[in-house]
Amino acid sequence: MSPAPPAGLYSDVIRERWRRPRFRGELPDATAVAEDVNPLCGDRVRMMMRVNDGLITAARFAGDSCAICTASADVVSESIEGKSPGEATKLTSEDVLTILQTDVRPTRLRCVTLPLTVLQQALQP
Amino acid sequence: MRMDEQTRGDFPILSRTVNGHRLVYLDSAASSQKPRAVLEAMAQYYTMSHANVHRSIHTLGEEATELYEAARDRVQRFIGAASREEVVFTRGTTDGINLVAEALGRVLRPGDEILITDMEHHSNIVPWQMAARDRRVRVRSIPLTGDGLLDLEVFERMLSERTKVVAFTHVSNVLGTITPVAQLCRRARAAGAVTVVDGAQAAPHLPLDMSALGCDLYVFSSHKMLGPTGIGVLWGRRAVLDALEPTRGGGEMIKEVWIDRARWNDLPWRFEPGTPPIAEAVGLMAAVEYLEKLGMERVAAHEAALARAAVEQLGAIPGVTVYGPRADVARGAVVAFTVEGLHPHDVAALLDQQGIAVRAGHHCAQPLMRWCGVVGTARASFSVYSSSEEVAVLAHALAALRTRL
Repeated sequence: MSPAPPAGLYSDVIRERWRRPRFRGELPDATAVAEDVNPLCGDRVRMMMRVNDGLITAARFAGDSCAICTASADVVSESIEGKSPGEATKLTSEDVLTILQTDVRPTRLRCVTLPLTVLQQALQP
Repeated sequence: MRMDEQTRGDFPILSRTVNGHRLVYLDSAASSQKPRAVLEAMAQYYTMSHANVHRSIHTLGEEATELYEAARDRVQRFIGAASREEVVFTRGTTDGINLVAEALGRVLRPGDEILITDMEHHSNIVPWQMAARDRRVRVRSIPLTGDGLLDLEVFERMLSERTKVVAFTHVSNVLGTITPVAQLCRRARAAGAVTVVDGAQAAPHLPLDMSALGCDLYVFSSHKMLGPTGIGVLWGRRAVLDALEPTRGGGEMIKEVWIDRARWNDLPWRFEPGTPPIAEAVGLMAAVEYLEKLGMERVAAHEAALARAAVEQLGAIPGVTVYGPRADVARGAVVAFTVEGLHPHDVAALLDQQGIAVRAGHHCAQPLMRWCGVVGTARASFSVYSSSEEVAVLAHALAALRTRL
């Protein structure tokens, strides 16, 4: 008996955010920026944030990445706007998976966590 | 009878289903599946004959030693090595290149150069960087022509009295390009350089004859050629191996040990410290026997036909780009491709939902990916059990893929 297919690996949320990401773009006046790669596949994500008076007033992402990673970066960017850096770094992969309505196997989990890792790097005190 | 019809029944894993579909395994270049003969040989060894090799003076120890050394003899014949002393068992291709790079690195001098190529696997790049580091030795890379072949004119110009090592792949794990090993080795030798050939993608697919290739050192892995993981082969020309100092010490690689010094063992054991992968050697021997029964000429023809069919069928799909030499140029059993608008990982995941296993990513060849101008590609690869129907299934699935995400 083979394992069940990843139940909706490409959920409607992922498809929509991959086709039309809302937070992909540049942020020329960013105050916190970091970029990293997923060593498994070479995907690259850059997270850019503008922090004013202790709040993230804008977040954008850029890079070359798969549908899951792109959707994750989009969700992460959306989720942290309006939060303090401290709150933003509490965002977990479980939170992102819940919003993405997906279920990934360990090999694809890195696609979800890469934007979170980059976020942590950017907001390191 | 077609080779896949002859062999498929020998590979139990091929009858399983994945995600509700019959498995279509097109990732043999990453690791091949194993025939029952290999599985049974290893089980039989562990069930009846296991003990440590070489120093156990009892029946099981002798049986294990005989099997382990018989594997060496079998490999020697398979690759046309002049003697069994030239066949060193390693943990795999990566391990073999690291062993050679470390040993050769020790005798390099400031100003020396190591030549590699732009289509190497990371395992034939990074060990040389490590060997060059702190020695003021330079690693240079032979570029490719537009159609994915080595630029031999530039190679000629790069060769000089500074060139001490030329390390290159026999078959590219991405482009499938088959390099002109004999020609490269002839030129390198004339310049006084040692040649190291990465045969990971060649040993499973092409007839090998070390005497005809003319290289100094040749490495490959068992697990890509129907054998188990955890074992590989370093072949070295006798005189070259004799001149290499071992870089790893331990039991088995010595003749005599004092507290302050040791005397090395003879070839090939000098390079095999510690308990070797014995069951894996038994499995590799069974794999070699299996391939020999099929005949490597037939294996090569079977896989070349599949690769050609894949290049033609995939290349005809709108939005699909195929990389590597033209369809009429001989290539190894790999075909790398991208689908416009889809990331390679998503291509692989969508194909997996239909039971089709392909590799996706940078294939541990990031310099080559930059040359291709992509982050990664998907890759279909073939072995003795792969069929033209599977190529057609892949092409059919790919044609419909862009509407699935």
